[in-house]
Amino acid sequence: MKWKVTVIVRLKEGLNDPEGRVIGNALRNLGYAVENLRVPKCFEFELDSEKPEKEVEEMCRRLLANPLIHSWEYSIEPVS
Amino acid sequence: MVKFAVVVFPGTNCDFETERAIRKAGAEAERVWYRASLKDFDGVVLPGGFSYADYLRAGAIAARQKIMDEVKEFAEEGRPVLGICNGFQVLTEAGLLPGALRPNRVPRFLCRWVHLRVNDTETPFTSLYEPGEVIRMPIAHAEGNYYTDDPSKVRVVFQYSDENGNVTEEANPNGSVLNIAAIANEGGNVLGTMPHPERASDRFLGSEDGLKVFRSMVEWARR
Repeated sequence: MKWKVTVIVRLKEGLNDPEGRVIGNALRNLGYAVENLRVPKCFEFELDSEKPEKEVEEMCRRLLANPLIHSWEYSIEPVS
Repeated sequence: MVKFAVVVFPGTNCDFETERAIRKAGAEAERVWYRASLKDFDGVVLPGGFSYADYLRAGAIAARQKIMDEVKEFAEEGRPVLGICNGFQVLTEAGLLPGALRPNRVPRFLCRWVHLRVNDTETPFTSLYEPGEVIRMPIAHAEGNYYTDDPSKVRVVFQYSDENGNVTEEANPNGSVLNIAAIANEGGNVLGTMPHPERASDRFLGSEDGLKVFRSMVEWARR
């Protein structure tokens, strides 16, 4: 069975996100009242699997995120 | 004569300098492509560069290559494993050293000379230094901001300091926890350093302070 997977990896709460800070400052300089901008990473892929949840969780833990500094969430939908 | 492998991943760019510094320190050195094997070597060095273009996170993809299983065996057998800059990032991503290297506090690439305080001279890489000695080496990284959730468990080897050896906030170039520049594993035989000892291994480069890292390592491997 084929699935469409979207994974979002975020720096954990409280960890400094320098890229987010710079982009937030740039938006403020353009006049927008932006605060606490963060830059998560998004991965989209198709996966052929009988156990997609288990495999996606494993992928996050083994490579897509660094569990020490990141949290993650994902959605898994059947490919129509 | 003892022989060290200098592992080359796609994107590694400090391999020649590292090979040269090891030879200058009195051992044989050979650059080894990451798809080759590490047998017949006495120690392994993961040099600096941008393995896999730093895609995903610096060091993350190199850390999951097959050759790292052999590097882990070296570490477990107590043989010397040295990771410099990107090599340090690879070692943390591979779980051979604790913690993680995050983007610098100020989000830009830093390339400059720093002062370091030698905090631990009981490792195979620092035995020729004096405790508390202040040395000069260059840094060149975008992701060198060391993080650990339990600093009390980390074996801190070099700390960013001022020229008198004071570990101050102003001397911290990248925001690392406790000004950490280099750490070792519990046994001391795995060292990760963000500053580049090979770029401070000859007087014409501006400093010879880094050569003792290689000399200590070679001397230790000979025993």
